[in-house]
Amino acid sequence: MASAEARPVDERVRRVGLTRTLLNRPELGAVTGAILVWVLFAILAGDRGFLSLNGTATYLEVAAQVGLVGSAVALLMIAGEFDLSVGSMIGAASMVMAIGIAELGWPVYVAVAAAFGFALVVGFINGYIVVKTRLPSFIVTLGMLFILRGVTIGITRALTGRTQVPGVHAATEGDPIAAIFTAQLGPFDVVILWWLVIAAVATFVLMRTTFGNWIFGAGGSAIAARNVGVPVARVKIVLFMATAASAALLAVIQVLTFGSGDVLRGEGKEFEAIITAVIGGTLLTGGYGSAIGAVFGALTLGMTRQGLFFAGISSDWYQAFLGLLLLIAVIVNSWVRNRATRGG
Amino acid sequence: MKAPRWLAGVAVLGLVLAACGTQEASPGDDDGNGDGSSRDLRIVVVTHGQASDPFWSVVANGVNQARDDLGIEVEYNAPETFDMPAMAQLIDTAVASEPDGLVVSIPDADALGASIQAAIDAGIPVVSINSGSDVYRDLGILTHVGQTEFEAGVGAGQRMAEAGVTNTICVNQEVGNVALDLRCEGFAEGLGGVPSEVVAVDLADPAGAQAGIEAALSADDSIDGLLTLGPTGADPALAALEASGRAGDVQIATFDLSENVLNALDAGEMLFAIDQQQYLQGYLGVLIVTQFAQYGLLPGGGNPILTGPGFVTPENAAQVIELSAEGIR
Repeated sequence: MASAEARPVDERVRRVGLTRTLLNRPELGAVTGAILVWVLFAILAGDRGFLSLNGTATYLEVAAQVGLVGSAVALLMIAGEFDLSVGSMIGAASMVMAIGIAELGWPVYVAVAAAFGFALVVGFINGYIVVKTRLPSFIVTLGMLFILRGVTIGITRALTGRTQVPGVHAATEGDPIAAIFTAQLGPFDVVILWWLVIAAVATFVLMRTTFGNWIFGAGGSAIAARNVGVPVARVKIVLFMATAASAALLAVIQVLTFGSGDVLRGEGKEFEAIITAVIGGTLLTGGYGSAIGAVFGALTLGMTRQGLFFAGISSDWYQAFLGLLLLIAVIVNSWVRNRATRGG
Repeated sequence: MKAPRWLAGVAVLGLVLAACGTQEASPGDDDGNGDGSSRDLRIVVVTHGQASDPFWSVVANGVNQARDDLGIEVEYNAPETFDMPAMAQLIDTAVASEPDGLVVSIPDADALGASIQAAIDAGIPVVSINSGSDVYRDLGILTHVGQTEFEAGVGAGQRMAEAGVTNTICVNQEVGNVALDLRCEGFAEGLGGVPSEVVAVDLADPAGAQAGIEAALSADDSIDGLLTLGPTGADPALAALEASGRAGDVQIATFDLSENVLNALDAGEMLFAIDQQQYLQGYLGVLIVTQFAQYGLLPGGGNPILTGPGFVTPENAAQVIELSAEGIR
């Protein structure tokens, strides 16, 4: 047998330099961007509270709320599908919680279970329709966005005669289950911990498990993946259920923290979740991306949202900045990816 | 492989420049118009006013006028949509930035209470405007600037009674909104002995609302007074009066202003409209919290400061139309 040195090295096991390894990571752009945005606001607003403990807590909370959903949405997008219904899901699940606790007198654990149960069913329906009909998930979940929002408003008004359900705090005070979702450590809300745990789980699943490989496979080339035995339909349905469940988790946290639910909760969150995933380096076409990237995407979004305030810029401008960030991130990410993934 | 990072750097530098440009463009400098009498005060205003709602642009105009008149720094912030968690986060952020005073609206005391409490605990003077007249005391807020719904309804009833009506209906276009129930109750009280029936319609369905009002009018010929609780009730009511041939026989009045309502007033088709003069809510909110932060002065001993009801009648409608175009009414 010829010695190994004599053979040209297989490209799959060739040695790769550190720079290239870093550049090959989808989250590079997001990490760099997050650092730069932090530096930007530290300079602009460092003396106005952006760097204080309380200031840090507020942008981490904003980042956590969108990042919770963003991590799950990133996985789904890597598998090649969208979920536009997460925003409405937040509103629907928060109404299940609020009506259950404040109007029907359910114990907290029942209401939480009901919210998650409802979300998993809706997620399953989303996934099942997408997989069975082969319709674009963009359209299917767009339909679900409106159905959920409309049903939420309709049922809430019919049951309670109003569109905002207060009085959750009174019923949940001192409840140990509620504390899991609302505890505070100094100025920091427990939602930040939930965010980091979920992002860690998403990353582990994606990078270290068979299911993670299936996700990349399903998004990269569904037909090829199916041919090598990846259960593409099951993977996608599970991921739709995961995004719906992440929306329900945010709803549970919001209702228990803010003590009320209203029918408009979560409006626009579907786009913010997609933005965090895209800033994090996830491709809209699937097959490429990272859950860690979405964490930094969410962090960037949170710092921008609250940083503008600290810098004394009216919140009127926030959406313009968010859109600008998205464009910059996409352009930089695609440029880096084209350079880095080129052979050689 | 340095190029990609370089590009990322340039891209974000663009963001830096954009941010700086915006900051320069945004007013709020007290160097330019400070007359030396105010020390450097910074007041933050956080409301629930949606970007699409012209009502809140008028509030923001009042806030900006107070800023210019007082020569202080004022920041006006609101979520783009009706979003209580986002509003609570804006208040949290405001607290973290340690302003000299905070002005908030309170549409949902459950959702915002903790954030407002945190502001008060941090020693920041807080004044509420517009919504929250029923909860501000419990939260420990200094005072409330707005319109109390029941009293405004009483005022409407008294005026209607003066016009000599004998039988009325109160059209509620948003059942479940407690503020609207209070308006009708106040109206009934202000009318004295004159009967008043509540008619429920749906503001999202103008045609259905018009049909409902027409039905109520034809069911009882003796109705000669009609109060609507907002432009979304007033427009279908005017159309219903026209369609049923009762225009002129029935005195009609409404809460809140719209272009349509103002034109109807100017043409003498309506008796009056109740204006909560939200410009004053923005202006006085900032003024009061500034005076408290600066000198510890507080008018009214913590009782709510009423900006309404102000009455727009056919006599002054033309002037209001002018001011409305300037964003003051």
